[in-house]
This record gives sequence, C-alpha cells and structure tokens, in this order.
Amino acid sequence: MINEILFMNGYGLYVWSSFIFTLSCFGILYLVVKTHLVKEQKKFESKFNALTTEKVHLAKKQDTFKEILVTSSASKI
Amino acid sequence: MLNYLNPQNFLKIINKIQKFILILFLLVLALGLIEALVLSPEDYKQSDSVRIMYVHVPAAWISLGIFSVISFLSFGILIFKNKNFSLITKSLAPSGFVFNVIALVTGSIWGKPTWGTWWAWDARITSMLLLALFYLLFILSWRVFDDSNKAIKYSSYIAILGLINIPIIKFSVDWWTTLHQPSSVNILKDTTIHSSMLFPLAIMTAAFALFSLLIFLMKYNTELIKIKNKGLDRL
Repeated sequence: MINEILFMNGYGLYVWSSFIFTLSCFGILYLVVKTHLVKEQKKFESKFNALTTEKVHLAKKQDTFKEILVTSSASKI
Repeated sequence: MLNYLNPQNFLKIINKIQKFILILFLLVLALGLIEALVLSPEDYKQSDSVRIMYVHVPAAWISLGIFSVISFLSFGILIFKNKNFSLITKSLAPSGFVFNVIALVTGSIWGKPTWGTWWAWDARITSMLLLALFYLLFILSWRVFDDSNKAIKYSSYIAILGLINIPIIKFSVDWWTTLHQPSSVNILKDTTIHSSMLFPLAIMTAAFALFSLLIFLMKYNTELIKIKNKGLDRL
C-alpha cells in the first residue's frame, strides 16, 4: 500500500515533486508575508510606545489605530 | 455596501477571521491531499501522473481569477480614484504570482511523462508565461516608483493591459492546435471529467482559494499598518 502511494506506477517522482513544490511555495509565501506583518506590527508598537501621553490619547481616539493596538502588546498601555 | 470596503471595517474583519481561515485552510488541504494522492482513481491513459492535475489546475484557475479581479479593480482605481482598490490589488498580486509559478512548474513536470518534454512553446503555456510576466511587472511597479501615485497609475495600466491576455489563455486551446486538451470542466457545457476526479479537484481548488484569501488578508493588514505607521509619524 505504502509502496503503491510512493511509486505510483513509476510516476511517483513527478507526482511527489509537484506536490512538494506546491506545498513549499505555500510555506515560503506564508512565512514571508507573516514576517512582514510582524515586522510592521513591531515597528508600530515601538513608534506608539515612543509617543507622548497627549499623542497616545489622540491616537487611541482613531478607530484604525485601536484595531491595530488590539492585536499588539501596545494595547496593554 | 461600499462601507464594508472601508479600511477601518476591513481591519476589524481581518483580525477576527484570519486564524479561522488558516485552520479551515489546513483542514480542507489535508482532506484534499488525501483525496488527490490516495483515494482518487488513476487515469486509464495517464495512470497516476494525472494526480498532478490536482495542484496544476487549481493553481492555474486561481492565478487567472486573481489577475482578472486585479484588472477590474484597476479600472475602478483609474475611474473612481479609489485608493482602497489599489491596496486590495497590491495585496492580491503576491499570491496570484505564486499560483502562476506553481501552474507553470507543475505543468512542466506533468509535461515530461505525458508529452515527453518539459517545455513547449504552445499557445496555452506561452500565454500563461506572459501572465507571469504581467504579474511580475505589476509587483515591480510598486517597488520601482517611490511616488505612490505613480505606482498606482502604472500598476493599473499594466493590469488593464494584462486583461487582454486572460481570454487568450482561456480560449487558446480552442483557437489554436495545442498540446493541451480542451477544457474538461465547464460551467455552460457538460463537464467531461468523472465525479471521482471532480470531487478532489473541487476540494483542492477550495483549499487554494482559502490560502489565497489568507495571504490577501495578511498582506492587506500589513499594508494598512504601514499606512498607520506613516500616520503616527505625522501625529
């Protein structure tokens, strides 16, 4: 059974390489996009933490800032 | 309706559904892989090499679909000057390009045992390669121009120009003699593929669509945070 799945009547190399290539592309794309997202979130957090109290109140009033803060550790401030 | 396209509302939705889509994608992909690699039957002519279809065809469909959406939204960008559309097109392009590359590479791997060659300059393959070039130009236009208005304008032109290539890809197998067979899955005509193969194909297509949605949401989220980072500088 396992041999049948692995060798696939002599086409195993073609079939498995196609699936492995596809899944590798998925993994790489996910990691690249996730890394960029985390990087931008961290940049936002550090900039937000550097703001003065007055500016923090101003930023927290804006809806979009609130949404980003919910998903970042800056929300604990 | 347009209220839902507002970036603020989008961000609320993104944060809620991102994890849910990731889990759903993994479940559907696992089911699709079992169906495609184990449960689906081999083809009477192509034997087990037909299983490549379960990654090749969905990748080609999704890359075509994404580029079509990018092109139509580009009309919206140029006509209505809607900047949110440009954020959406920019966020859609990476997954569309990767699916295009997957379709080309897996097609090449499938070509070797089926046609005896890795590559042929037939109409379908050449037009798919052209689509990859349009994707590449679209993505590069965002990197080349520092001025975002210029990047929006030129990326939109590229996407609209690339729209001409979409019907060429679709009908290339009917208009020219190619190595590819005519389409087996049709909406308006009868589908000529057996349900035992159609089912895994549908599941894999759903998995690929969920993955492209996940990547789009993550990329869109990143783009919005980038804008807000600039906004913080101006506070």
